[in-house]
Amino acid sequence: MSDATATAAVAPRAVARRLPGALLLAAAVVVLLALPLYLEAFWLRIGLFSMATAVGALGLTILFGAAGQLSLGHAFFVAVGTYGYAFLSGGDTGHVKGLGLPPIVAAVLATLLAGVCGLLFSPVAGRLRGIYLGIASLGLVFLGHHLLLNLRPVTGGYDGRSVTPFSLGGFLFSDSSDLAVLGVPFGAVESLWYLFLAVTAVATLVARNVLRGRPGRAFRLMRDNEVGAAAMGVRVQRAKASAFVLSSMYAGVAGVLTALAFQRAVPDYFDLGLSIDFLAMIILGGLGSTSGAIVGATFVVALPIVLSRYADALPLVVGPGQDGLDASIAAQFVYGALVVVVMLTQPGGLRAMVHTLRQRRRPPYARRTP
Amino acid sequence: MTRLLELLVNGVSLGLLYALITLGFVIVFKATRVVNFAHASFLLLGVYVVASAQPSIGFGAAALLGLAVAGLLGLATERLLLSRVDRRNHHAMAILTIGLNVVLTAELTRRLGESVLPLGAPWDGHVVKLGPLTLPLTVVLTIVAVPVLIGGLTALLTLTGWGLAMRASIADAEGAALVGIRLRRVSATAWVLAGLLATAAGIGLASFPSPGVSLSIESVAIAAFPAAIIGGFDSLGGAIAGGLIVGVVQVLVAGNQDSLSFLGLGAGDVVAYLVMIVVLLWRPSGLFGSKEFSRV
Repeated sequence: MSDATATAAVAPRAVARRLPGALLLAAAVVVLLALPLYLEAFWLRIGLFSMATAVGALGLTILFGAAGQLSLGHAFFVAVGTYGYAFLSGGDTGHVKGLGLPPIVAAVLATLLAGVCGLLFSPVAGRLRGIYLGIASLGLVFLGHHLLLNLRPVTGGYDGRSVTPFSLGGFLFSDSSDLAVLGVPFGAVESLWYLFLAVTAVATLVARNVLRGRPGRAFRLMRDNEVGAAAMGVRVQRAKASAFVLSSMYAGVAGVLTALAFQRAVPDYFDLGLSIDFLAMIILGGLGSTSGAIVGATFVVALPIVLSRYADALPLVVGPGQDGLDASIAAQFVYGALVVVVMLTQPGGLRAMVHTLRQRRRPPYARRTP
Repeated sequence: MTRLLELLVNGVSLGLLYALITLGFVIVFKATRVVNFAHASFLLLGVYVVASAQPSIGFGAAALLGLAVAGLLGLATERLLLSRVDRRNHHAMAILTIGLNVVLTAELTRRLGESVLPLGAPWDGHVVKLGPLTLPLTVVLTIVAVPVLIGGLTALLTLTGWGLAMRASIADAEGAALVGIRLRRVSATAWVLAGLLATAAGIGLASFPSPGVSLSIESVAIAAFPAAIIGGFDSLGGAIAGGLIVGVVQVLVAGNQDSLSFLGLGAGDVVAYLVMIVVLLWRPSGLFGSKEFSRV
């Protein structure tokens, strides 16, 4: 009886506490949907790159943040997605071949292809633990880069190959579409914005459900105590392999989005640096957190571009080709140092910082441990 | 036949250099359980100091300076950064070295750019004729000097009190601390050693026939990672074996590029990773690594 009244009394309060969150989310959705009408293409393009990498970061945060399996091979699977899409949807031009499939089919197949590559590597990935996998997966990046340079008919070699623009049900996501909304011409960037938003939203939801549900709990248990997980009935090798396959499929989706955003695929983009970027993103944002992965990805992607755009206004930094501190190098300094500082002070990343701040504002009895 | 022999000797020489890099990496791992992802940039920083100081103070002094800088960098990394992280949190420590690597690489990229600095070593540009073989002097010196270095290191580890402390803390850190071994000192020495070994290997890597110190040295040095995995990550003997395997295979593949054209151009640079994956499929903890087991 008293329990029931207590619950009844708590329930409206819980709703009241959630209400601002829901309102905030709704406002964010409205703003994100309206942005293409107001922002110039430069900022929208940053948004596209951020969303493309955010999807990849989500995959890595499942693999490393939840399952504790470090992968430095993420760039390889992104490359599989990019080139898979470019090859499957592209046509034959010169010495570069393509299958000419409809873009949506090509995108789905490219994602599956990345998953299959992850599955092929899983005999290695499933047996190695944590850091060991990190170094072993390093090999994938180098082998992948070698393949990209040498499988000329598929990848176009050093110069790369162009990417067929996306189309869905007759609507073309490129500058050649003559659609205009409220007087704003809807070119490639504007229309891709909505496509990317939808994909990122779905990817985030799926990641969140995986992390909060049964598989996520199994992954975390396995990360913290492998023997304990095995004793609780988690099939450790299989769980490791499936985390790896899932994260490579995320990387595959990220690869397809990257291909669409760049409209060209070049091998030098997919080097070890990209893998390390992904790692930095999820660490800065907070391991194992979906929102952290998105914020981290936006930061790491936008930092060099924004720095080089405002190079003239900033001290120390100069634009490309000038004498002085190059913007891309300056960005590397900033985020490399940030990774070190985060590890020294707040290994939980941005999410843990936000959490601590929130806890401080609450009365002591309402505080929760993360 | 002569050509094959030449390739083999060159491969062994490269392999010995890899062994040096890998040894530093493995010693740090054994003593502190840190996977040092910044190891390759330690190496590049060391030789960069050598190459940039060498015109003004001569090669010998510059080499000593480079060794000192890399050793100090190792010490600073351990003292200022890693000792502040929870010792049991291996992931955090490894990630910290990744962040450090990003910063160091950015700085070296800024300084080196596309340029190639000559190393100015006295053995540069000389060639030795040994019977039918024509070999760069660097190769001969490496084959003589590196085994001496490794022998000295082994003597240090087995004969001195410091070596005993080191081995004891590797075998059982808590037990060693209980009998009065200062773990902090052991891990600091391990990091200094890593810096020294990396720079020594870097001097070999940047010597003739290589054109000098450039950013590509770092990507060469990264091949020490697969060498460590092949050998088995926590075995000093394995580090040497892994280094030799990677060196010999790399040189043999690069030397027979024409008959191996189906592997594509530049296959020599990536074949180490292929060997690593094959070894991992066969033995998940490397050739000489201790098998992981857990007591319940």
